Amino acid sequence: MIVLEKRPQPSRMWTLLTPVLAVLSTMVFGGLLFALLGKNPVEAIRTIFYEPLFGEFAFYYRPQLLVKGAPLVLIAIGLSLGFKAGIWNIGAEGQYIMGAIVGAGVGLAFYPLDSIIVFPLMVIGGAFGGWAWAMVPALLKVRFGTNEILVSLMLVYVAEQLLASMSLGLLKNPEGFGFPGSRNLTEYASATSWINQDVGMHWGVVFAFIAVIFAYVLLNRHMLGFHIRLTGEAPRAARFAGVRPTRLILFCLGTSGALAGLAGLFEVSGPGGQITIDFNIGYGFTAIIVAFLGRLHPLGILLAGGLMALTYIGGEIAQSQLGLPAAAIQVFQGMLLFFLLALDLLTNYRVRLRAREVA
Amino acid sequence: MKLTSLLASAAMVLGLATGAIAQDKTKVGFIYVGPVGDGGWTYEHDKGRQAVEAEFGDKVETVYQESVPEGADAERAITQMALNGADLIFTTSFGYMDPTINVAKKFPNVKFEHATGYKTADNVAVYSARFYEGRAIQGHIAGKMTKSNIIGYIGSYPIPEVIRGMNSAFIHARKANPDVQFKIVWAYTWFDPAKEADAAKVLIEQGADVILQHTDSTAPQAAAKAAGNVITFGQASDMSEYAPLPRVSSIIDNWAPYYIERTQAVMDGTWASSNRWDGIDKGMVGIGEISDAVPAEVKAEALALKDAIASGEYHPFTGPLNKQDGSVWLAEGEVADDGTLAGLNFYVEGIEGDIPN
Repeated sequence: MIVLEKRPQPSRMWTLLTPVLAVLSTMVFGGLLFALLGKNPVEAIRTIFYEPLFGEFAFYYRPQLLVKGAPLVLIAIGLSLGFKAGIWNIGAEGQYIMGAIVGAGVGLAFYPLDSIIVFPLMVIGGAFGGWAWAMVPALLKVRFGTNEILVSLMLVYVAEQLLASMSLGLLKNPEGFGFPGSRNLTEYASATSWINQDVGMHWGVVFAFIAVIFAYVLLNRHMLGFHIRLTGEAPRAARFAGVRPTRLILFCLGTSGALAGLAGLFEVSGPGGQITIDFNIGYGFTAIIVAFLGRLHPLGILLAGGLMALTYIGGEIAQSQLGLPAAAIQVFQGMLLFFLLALDLLTNYRVRLRAREVA
Repeated sequence: MKLTSLLASAAMVLGLATGAIAQDKTKVGFIYVGPVGDGGWTYEHDKGRQAVEAEFGDKVETVYQESVPEGADAERAITQMALNGADLIFTTSFGYMDPTINVAKKFPNVKFEHATGYKTADNVAVYSARFYEGRAIQGHIAGKMTKSNIIGYIGSYPIPEVIRGMNSAFIHARKANPDVQFKIVWAYTWFDPAKEADAAKVLIEQGADVILQHTDSTAPQAAAKAAGNVITFGQASDMSEYAPLPRVSSIIDNWAPYYIERTQAVMDGTWASSNRWDGIDKGMVGIGEISDAVPAEVKAEALALKDAIASGEYHPFTGPLNKQDGSVWLAEGEVADDGTLAGLNFYVEGIEGDIPN
């Protein structure tokens, strides 16, 4: 008989091993799914994981990995701080949208001024937009004890409505013949986040790396980081140690909001180009997967962000080259989180084989 | 080396490399906004793709990518197709406009065709269909059939194409029945069955017994069927699985002739950038079988209207027509020009509410 026995402490070995096992299981079961769809599973898996990195057009896809991975890492780093402390910001998508709107709004307000000051102001605007949006669930939680999961999630839909309204009204391109969508910021040299489009470098990529380093230092070398970890691991001990939950909630939600807002700003002024009704494509939600896949560890998140970007880009290639349906790729990505969560069982429990007791 | 030249040379190398074995094979790519099984917009574009394959057989190879988000991802999807040697790429949603133009700059030897947009280049053509002609016929049937005098309309995005359809449907519904009122819900999506179903339910609760949709799924049809006593029209595709009720007719987009013609032009080396806008007369807009749920006389009137539009004898936007604010748009007998129609951003007199702004 198989018995699960709770470990006194989460296994360190399994903590590191489960993501790898999850990826492998996803490959196996994903391959099975592709085979059932009548595609060659080996070819499909190879296309997804190998083609973007070393295939014929890798010179184009490698930079795209940066473009796709940067917002995921930036948002996931912010989320991981809160998640570690048991503060659940599920609404990064909304904060991402608000960052983009405020940041792009700042840039468009200066159009067509050619000045070095425009972009830094947009960056501040982007961070502020995301931060302010995250402050709503934060303040409500601190003041009235509301559930931040629900409030932050619901605010995503409010942000989406605002985005639609902005694309159709205030930020609409006056030279766009009445069609929705703002001016294209990539055509406004002072306001674009691109550094070098050919190698996929924009300021969002730079900030993502900086965020990883900062988060690492914060969590390992700083008192605040210690408080965050302590609150998550032993809330009672944290209270005795004098951790003020109010400050922690405001800090974690605020930081994750600001980082999500920055991701939105860099996206809208670079790869996205303009505020449109469909500007957001789920980075804020995918980043939750990235944060957990990376074990809420800054370096892990960096790797997980890269892996997620790889499945996106490879998935697109598999779609157009092998004719795999888009939904199959989404299922494939979903499997990754599923297996990770399932295998996490091994981190906290020990599997024991025990002889059946004789009655 | 700049990416532009890098991409161009890569494309050339690829062209040279594959040229020997596949000299005659023209590669045609399609970028879809929804899944090919949406039963509406994308489904019909994909039928056009299949028609290209059927027409040219071994001489063409077609590829497609479905559910491509409008925005940054679209640019990559289109680039990828061009890199993989596509000669002609159809990008089939409005939101692919800027990405198409951007990619086209990098691949001067690849031809691009963007549906429903307005930006062209030497290697980018645009095309669309005069769906509003079909809306006129829909409006007429809707006006005759409604008992509550409330017609619900599910809008996708408030862009000229959609507003044109609303105006055309409204004008002809009012002509058929002066008491008709329109209730409009904006779904802000082209394809989202859950949102579309919600929109339909809201409209039905508000008393609408006719639902018109400018979104691509069959969810509103299903909602109407569940409610009973509500009629609908197939959008983009025939949606005949909901006939005879609630679906009483449909507007069918038929892209096949255009796709075949343009593929042929690429093969012949005669392709040139253009701005095509065809309607019922050229067969780009089709009217689906009007079901028996519609009284014979209404059906006859609708078909007569269709013939008049096809022959050019009647234009759906013929004056006298006023704008919503009561100011004159078209004088008696005056016909709207294509320029105004292409950028249409106001309601005609009688439609209540504001265009979201």
